[in-house]
Amino acid sequence: MNKELIIAGFGGQGVLSMGMTLAYAGMVEDKEVVWMPSYGPEMRGGTANCIVVVSDDRVSSPIINQFDTAIILNQPSMDKFESAVKPGGHILYEANNIMNPSTRDDISTYKIPAVVEANKLNNPKTMNMIILGAFLALNSVVKNESILEALKKVLPERHHHLIPLNEKALLKGAELVGEFV
Amino acid sequence: MSKKLLMKGNEAIAEAAIRAGVQGYYGYPITPQSELLEYMSSELPKRGGAFVQAESEVAAINMVYGASGAGARTMTSTSGPGFSLMQEAISYIACAELPCFLVNVMRGGPGLGTIQPSQGDYFQAVKGGGHGDYKMIVLAPNSVQEMADFTYLGFDLADKYRTPTMILTDGALGQMMESVQFPEYNLDEHLVDKPWATTGRENGRKQNVITSLHLQSEQMEQINLKLQKKYREIEKNEVRYETIETEDADFLIVAFGLSSRVCHKALELAREEGLKVGLLRPITLYPYPYDILNKLADQVKGMLVVEMNAGQMLEDVKLAVNGKVSVDFYGRMGGMIPQPDAILSKIRELYSAHTKTKMEV
Amino acid sequence: MAENTISTPTFKKTENMEKVWEKPSILFDVPNHYCPGCGHSVAHRLIMEVVEELGITDRTIGIAPVGCSVLAYNYLNVDMQEAAHGRATACATGIKRIFNDKILFTYQGDGDLAAIGTAETIHTVNRGENIVIIFVNNGIYGMTGGQMAPTTLEGAKTSTSPEGRNLDLMGHPLKIANMLAILEGAYYVTRQSVHTAKAVRKTKKALMNAFKYQIEGKGGTSFVEIVSNCPSGWKMTPIQSNEWMADNMFDFYELGDIKTPPKEGK
Repeated sequence: MNKELIIAGFGGQGVLSMGMTLAYAGMVEDKEVVWMPSYGPEMRGGTANCIVVVSDDRVSSPIINQFDTAIILNQPSMDKFESAVKPGGHILYEANNIMNPSTRDDISTYKIPAVVEANKLNNPKTMNMIILGAFLALNSVVKNESILEALKKVLPERHHHLIPLNEKALLKGAELVGEFV
Repeated sequence: MSKKLLMKGNEAIAEAAIRAGVQGYYGYPITPQSELLEYMSSELPKRGGAFVQAESEVAAINMVYGASGAGARTMTSTSGPGFSLMQEAISYIACAELPCFLVNVMRGGPGLGTIQPSQGDYFQAVKGGGHGDYKMIVLAPNSVQEMADFTYLGFDLADKYRTPTMILTDGALGQMMESVQFPEYNLDEHLVDKPWATTGRENGRKQNVITSLHLQSEQMEQINLKLQKKYREIEKNEVRYETIETEDADFLIVAFGLSSRVCHKALELAREEGLKVGLLRPITLYPYPYDILNKLADQVKGMLVVEMNAGQMLEDVKLAVNGKVSVDFYGRMGGMIPQPDAILSKIRELYSAHTKTKMEV
Repeated sequence: MAENTISTPTFKKTENMEKVWEKPSILFDVPNHYCPGCGHSVAHRLIMEVVEELGITDRTIGIAPVGCSVLAYNYLNVDMQEAAHGRATACATGIKRIFNDKILFTYQGDGDLAAIGTAETIHTVNRGENIVIIFVNNGIYGMTGGQMAPTTLEGAKTSTSPEGRNLDLMGHPLKIANMLAILEGAYYVTRQSVHTAKAVRKTKKALMNAFKYQIEGKGGTSFVEIVSNCPSGWKMTPIQSNEWMADNMFDFYELGDIKTPPKEGK
């Protein structure tokens, strides 16, 4: 298994932490992982993205321009990374944030109403976990338990009481793509 | 071995330095290395070391000079603009033969440039960015694990040769996270006696002086000869490199640090197409692996050097190859990173050109 | 140099006479390179007297500057480091922060401390580093041949202010001790001189205080400025230079304590 993905959106949408959680989870399962953030001025309120690679073998490059999956949380990122998905790959995008989704017919595109569902969970911040749940349902990269284990590392201790809520969000995401799968 | 941790490259250097017994860290904030400074500020005092946020990189490196002269394991870290400011003191440190460990997390230059990754400080690190004839051992990691491993190595080699050593890395390796394990490291086995250190004239011993000033030219030449002898020793003992799929290669990529990772990916893609491509990755940029490159020049039909600069290491590759095969270059600058597919198409183009030419000859 | 034109006077030991003074044993018994009449040699002796009397030779580390006293370690028989120009206090900071039990002093001239090293000087004192800074102010760059220093007085002729220091073009002489005294990290700031026997005694007392404060480890940085002469740079005889200093420099660089430690309730 070797999964190369990019997660992109606005700063503040949890782009970097979603990627970091996935990378941690990969490490929990003793896989080789890389998390490569975009950094710099764009971190401060602008667009943010990170590359995550989870693999059974040594990861050659953390710099990639063709991805198995792109998780897209805003329109500028859709415009920028739509073409960077390998033929046969996936785009998962957040429904509320994107007006013009991908028109490519050689990839599978999944519209995830994560904002709406996050509001139903009474915590808008679970949006990224809903998308991650959807991604994991489509790609068995790591187990949900590993994600929960990883959250203990990524979240500061004062937020650990939110882990059960995050689990719900993961399951919700899986449920949302259940109809596609 | 510690358990596996997921860390940024910058943090891995800091943690490894603490485990390698760094007694004093002196630094100044600059992107993209600030995580290293921040990690030190929170961890080092707790673990028995001294942390000072200096008023400038100039002050920081001179604090390193002082601490090292007094016998401590000491270090600083910065990025290109700050490293430029440190050059004067590094020259003094090299001349006074003080062991210390330095880190340059490169960003795009020249000038204030960008804060995105670059390899544009190769010449500065490898050829001696300051005044006079001196060298530093320059280690170029290409993974977070190596950021840690080479930090231990950097301290050990500094003590062994009484010379500044450094890690030359870039913003991407500094910022990215990978899993890392810290090896067992028994500090007592690695520390060396420093009878030359200025510790105060304990037990009435003879005065120790740390200086790089020798006003008599005859004497200064002797100091230089001694340094040069040491550098020859380092060149004999400390060359490090990695070869990937070179055994049957008839085309060679040469790259260090982050670009070697991208080239590895390009190599995998090229191999899938049946192109017999190998990769040589210099790990020590000084001393440089000239010999292996010269040997490989007898085997391959062409070489491609890939760097995140305008072609700096390229000059060393050409020196090593000495005209035996043609050496081409692909580089990005100003914070741009070469992409695997761009390297692949360059390989395709050169591969057919060179292998064809040779057959015709 | 094998030949030396300077001969050190030798005194025959005389019976039945009380010894009232001797050179500190930790001052190397060699002719120094300072010009005749220069204040550096007296300042050197005083520091070594204080270090010896306090019994701290085995833990004292001195930092030499770039300037006339660049070779101070050839005269001061304590462990020493030669710092880059202006960076002596950074160097001392690096050592003191790790080796807190060592006694650190820097010995710096006006170009070193108050021009190229101003940032280091201010921030070292502002951090209240527990070290002694000894600042020899003779208002000129001696070693490089008599150029204008940050402390050169108005109207004073130097090789780079041949018509005299013009305040409009060259700025004002810098009273760096007074500047430093307002910093919270400054514990003791004083300005002394070494041109008369009385002044020498006062300077020694100031140095003694400064080193004692460091040993006691309280408060912050101790800063001892010594206003001194430069007969060669000023193009005067030693006596003329001392008279000129007294007549001209002390009006601007007033002698005496600028900041003293708070009195403890006794």
